[in-house]
Amino acid sequence: MSAIPNTAAPVLEPVLEIEHVAVHFGGLVAVADMNFAVHEGEVVSLIGPNGAGKTTAFNVITGFLRPTKGRIRYRGTVLTGLRPHEVADLGVVRTFQKTSVFDTNTVFENILIGLHRRGRCTAWETLLGLPRVRAEEKRLREEAVEILEFVGIARRASELGGALPYGEQRLLEVAVALAARPSLLLLDEPVSGMNPAETSSFMRLLARIRARNITVLLVEHDMRMVMGVSDRVVVLNHGKIIAEGPPAAIQQNPEVIRAYLGHGVRGEGAKRA
Amino acid sequence: MKTALLCLWLAVLLTVPLWLTDLYFLHILITTGIFTIAAMSLNLLLGFTGQLSLGHVAFFGIGAYTSALLSLGFDLQLTESYRFAVAPKPVWLAFLAGIVVAGFFGWVIGRISFKVRGAYFVIVTISFAEVVRLVALNWVDLTEGPMALSAIPPFTFGIPGLWEETIYKKQPNYYLVLGVAILSYLVIRRLVLSRVGRAMIALRENEPLATSVGIDVTRYLILAAVVSAAIAGAAGGLYAHYVRIIDPDIFLFIYTVTMVIMVITGGKGTLAGPIVGGLIFGILPVVLRSFAGPEIQWIIYGAFMILIVFFLPDGIVPAIRSWWEGRVGPLAEPEPAELSNARPAERQAE
Repeated sequence: MSAIPNTAAPVLEPVLEIEHVAVHFGGLVAVADMNFAVHEGEVVSLIGPNGAGKTTAFNVITGFLRPTKGRIRYRGTVLTGLRPHEVADLGVVRTFQKTSVFDTNTVFENILIGLHRRGRCTAWETLLGLPRVRAEEKRLREEAVEILEFVGIARRASELGGALPYGEQRLLEVAVALAARPSLLLLDEPVSGMNPAETSSFMRLLARIRARNITVLLVEHDMRMVMGVSDRVVVLNHGKIIAEGPPAAIQQNPEVIRAYLGHGVRGEGAKRA
Repeated sequence: MKTALLCLWLAVLLTVPLWLTDLYFLHILITTGIFTIAAMSLNLLLGFTGQLSLGHVAFFGIGAYTSALLSLGFDLQLTESYRFAVAPKPVWLAFLAGIVVAGFFGWVIGRISFKVRGAYFVIVTISFAEVVRLVALNWVDLTEGPMALSAIPPFTFGIPGLWEETIYKKQPNYYLVLGVAILSYLVIRRLVLSRVGRAMIALRENEPLATSVGIDVTRYLILAAVVSAAIAGAAGGLYAHYVRIIDPDIFLFIYTVTMVIMVITGGKGTLAGPIVGGLIFGILPVVLRSFAGPEIQWIIYGAFMILIVFFLPDGIVPAIRSWWEGRVGPLAEPEPAELSNARPAERQAE
């Protein structure tokens, strides 16, 4: 693997550093030796064929899995060994590959749950019904409305999360994650199952998320989206990083094409994936 | 609409002793009220955090025994040389201590529930209740075992030192239970309709998602367990000082089952559910007793329960709510704030 051709953000510090991380499930090696960094303000995509270890990487970063080897740091804090909610407290928030919202709660309540970290009142204060609890609740509700408008599902506020059409459920997921005020947002296949129009509008949303100074690490199969939004692309295959670089370079990389399509086909492979 | 219903409901509850002159029925209402409080506390754990505690009666019993023992006083020869004696305490102090001790055991169970979930948590709670029952049965020096703790002093009220009244009669006991019930309801309501309650519901609905947005599962499970156990302990204390005799049978599994039935049929995860379920299954056996033989009674009781669970799987309260909303219109203001838990009609529409 060559040195990182860090064209997108050459001067910025790495915020997320993944250092020689390996994940084994018994004899199965899900991630062999993963080593990359995400810099402040970047959008980095993690791509690779099914089973390459992308979701495993997400699980390790966000504390849902412990790595067998290696270390992960976020803005200097070691994430390895922290529990998911502690990782979220540091500002690293993820979405899930399989659509995951609070099905029996309304869209508005989904966001309020996502805003959990934004509240500070203790259970005692809540029990006593202090005025600041009410003030906080009011503030949270305002924030929830703001987030719903930002993502564009405000008119669905009183519908149940599970009753939304698929594309909007995926938006709701992102809205719930945004409610937790991430500084690094990890999106696991956010546009899978969306039609091209929905994907395009999601790409515009991503640009607006980025404008809020949120760094994004993206796992995605939709190459139009990956090539369109990423500053850098990291390619995983069989738990190893086989290429890393700006989208244009990745599209031409023979190793990547081989990983996706096997031998023989060139060019077409990287575009269609 | 909702406020009007609530006022009517409160008015009925407050005036019961004025028009219900039959003391036997008042007694039934008091014990029903005590079990309804216990059911409300179970609902916090079972309905809102989704943890099935089948040992809930342990907290009830711990509250009852702690409160009874402290108000009676006890004298324990712990070792050859060490005696642990407690002089009788005022009933209200004993009652509060019962709440605290039950809450402490709730904390212990809450800690365990972080490690063991689902079926294992159910087993742990059943075992816990059984262990506590065996302790109450066999630690005769402390609990009198099967001989029971008797002559437990009833509650007193008044101004200490000036004027005091001991509550022997049914009417004041009724108001006492009603007062504790309303207080418990308000505590649970306040918790549930807040950020804290949303966290509990979130971890019931989708734990991975809840943790990924920063909700500390352990913390909220423990909190729910402590509050739930403390309220169950309060119910136990009320029971001890009302019935004034308790024995280890108070820990029997059947009482937990009764609470679970009250919560499930009424509507778990709704605030009114355990109250409706509690009233129905507290009063039903008495009604049945008045016209049916003992065997028939339990058959009807069982059949009634199966019918409810079969036709109203979410419970009575959610069923009534969706029926009402389908006919008349939204029960609550259209604000998207009210935490809705079960809306069967909408769920079917998916």
